Amino acid sequence: MADPRTKTLGETLRRHGVSRRGFLKFCTATASMMALPPSMVPAVAAALDKASRPSVIWLSFQECTGCTESLTRSHSPTLESLIFDHISLDYHHTLQVASGHAAEKAREEAMHANHGNYLVVVDGSIPLGNPGYSTTAGVSNLQTLEETVAGAAAVIAVGTCAAFGGLPKAYPNPTGAVAVRDIVHDKPVINVSGCPPIPMVITGVLAHYLTFGTLPQLDQYGRPMNFYGTSIHDRCYRRPFYDKGLFADTFDDEGARKGWCLYKLGCKGPMTYNACATAKWNEGTSWPVESGHGCLGCSEPNFWDAGGFYNALSIPVGEVSRSVSYAAAAGLAVGAAAAGLNSRAKAKAKKNHGTVTVDDLEKKS
Amino acid sequence: MTALEKIPILVEAPEAAAQSYLNTLPLLHEILHALRRLHRDGTSTALDLLAMPFGPGDEARLFEFLGNGELSAELDAMGQSSIRESRFSGVWIIEHKSSGGRRVALQIEVTRLPAILQTQPEDIGAGLDAMQEALETLKAGEPV
Amino acid sequence: MNESMDFLLWARGTAFDVAVAIFVIGVIIRLFEIVSLGRANNLAEPKGSEFGPGMKTIVTRTLPEAGVFKRQPLTVIGGYVFHFGLLISLFLFIPHIELFAATFGFSWPGLPNPIVDAAAVLGIVGLLAVLWHRLTNPVMKILTEKEDYLVWLLTFLPLLTGYLAYHRLVNPYPFILGLHILSVELLLVLFPFTKLMHTFTLFLARWYNGAMNGRRGVES
Repeated sequence: MADPRTKTLGETLRRHGVSRRGFLKFCTATASMMALPPSMVPAVAAALDKASRPSVIWLSFQECTGCTESLTRSHSPTLESLIFDHISLDYHHTLQVASGHAAEKAREEAMHANHGNYLVVVDGSIPLGNPGYSTTAGVSNLQTLEETVAGAAAVIAVGTCAAFGGLPKAYPNPTGAVAVRDIVHDKPVINVSGCPPIPMVITGVLAHYLTFGTLPQLDQYGRPMNFYGTSIHDRCYRRPFYDKGLFADTFDDEGARKGWCLYKLGCKGPMTYNACATAKWNEGTSWPVESGHGCLGCSEPNFWDAGGFYNALSIPVGEVSRSVSYAAAAGLAVGAAAAGLNSRAKAKAKKNHGTVTVDDLEKKS
Repeated sequence: MTALEKIPILVEAPEAAAQSYLNTLPLLHEILHALRRLHRDGTSTALDLLAMPFGPGDEARLFEFLGNGELSAELDAMGQSSIRESRFSGVWIIEHKSSGGRRVALQIEVTRLPAILQTQPEDIGAGLDAMQEALETLKAGEPV
Repeated sequence: MNESMDFLLWARGTAFDVAVAIFVIGVIIRLFEIVSLGRANNLAEPKGSEFGPGMKTIVTRTLPEAGVFKRQPLTVIGGYVFHFGLLISLFLFIPHIELFAATFGFSWPGLPNPIVDAAAVLGIVGLLAVLWHRLTNPVMKILTEKEDYLVWLLTFLPLLTGYLAYHRLVNPYPFILGLHILSVELLLVLFPFTKLMHTFTLFLARWYNGAMNGRRGVES
């Protein structure tokens, strides 16, 4: 393997005959992809010009390959693919041609050649219940992760499974699934959550590392602030309807046709932090709320267990009307029993009630 | 299948597209303020429209309002780009497409001339070299 | 790592069920107790009707009385402002109505958020005003018991946390939303055992006062 870190991105592009205008255009698109303001374009250009080629090792654990599917959708010709051309994806067992021992050898070689500098991308959660629940080439996920992360510069946990445990961790968590952050403590871990994450966000985080050589600023869940800094609700084009109190009550009523707020239909936008409202999906075509369905909250921890997808956010997780009726029945029963005891006490008092005459009182005194 | 066929499907006109989502007006005011800054002290502003929470039709309404001005240019570098001035002088709409025809950036620039239109110093150097080489390779006496 | 989300799920799940159970059982037992105990037979001959004056008193004691207003304007204004602010925030905010709809199976129209927001602010200001009044007015200070401060806090916390959650003034959002729900649960749990029961008993009590006065033929 040739030394991957010699050529800068600027050199690569110039070698491909890309003009400076083309490069600036690329930088504008990259800045937009990284959710940076246009004023940052010159800084992005200066950094990208000198950006070197990082090695990336992609590990897949308890996952559905949806994250990889999402990522490959961002792979339309040019701009983002340039980012990909410019990273060296040395191991990805779904996408790579090599298999078996050759594949594992590629991973070991990349780890050895780029020790301390490579990026590890993880999708899927790690089962701790029994190492046999998920293995690659007979090696448990936990062992693969610990081994690969040891020489990494940073770890990017792609998807809600890797970031928070996701579907495998949903109650009752049969495999004892945990997130990457539950295992990796001594390396920076960036959570790119979502089920799947927005392809542009995955590329955007890689681009940020490629551009600035640093990791973006993270929120309290370890997610990059530039993509997860505002809630779906705050950036939703239907927000004015929420504020005006105009809601769709069913999926086919007047409100739904007029594009009113989907809060009552279970939209989890207010508690969900992601870039869907602006980045959108399928090459900017649309996103869940625009297509008339509320947000499921897929980029938040434990979203599978956060109550019904079609229950408004303010509705408790359990069956509240059932608990209320049980409680009411219990209250009535206890109340009736108490009333019974009281009336018995009253009747008893009445029975034992003796009359006192003036003579009785005078006798005592 | 028979049970599914019993469900009547009524395709209705997408009313959602016909109404305003009130998201373009604040943006237009932002552009107005930027234009005022440009007029007063020459400060340029760029806005990333892909970062705006647009609903269906919001973008079309914005462009309808901004209209077309005196100048428009096409750029062919790593895909097509269109750079055009709106009917309000100083407000430019710049759309970058990838070579696959996909939109990769959409910006409003409030400036005298968008930077991307100017020839870049690096490209001038390359142009100089290319021209010199072309001249040198001309055969002596060949009519130009 | 996911503590705030786990906390929110707990507040929306187990804690809510427990709080609602205590509230419903507690309130029903107390109401049952009051109603079932009844009153001793009044053997005196009635000098007037009970029903009419009872109903009238429900209205008259709900409206401010001129004399009281002159002597304690802050009690009257603060009390009204806070109660209306609280009731509007509680019953006319759409997310709350959704909760009632899920619980009781029926709902009612809500108000636009900016109006509810203003009502919540008025509620908070009203509560702060009555607290200040209790702390500074010598008569109020003597009349105030520890329970009054507890009840004030129980009412204040849901309004405050709700305001903070709505405006996202505390991060992360699941944490403040969970706190808001938890503060309401605290209110629900202590509700049947404190003066908060007046929510259910006040009309009963007003009717009874009016009815007794009516029976005796005196004005109430």
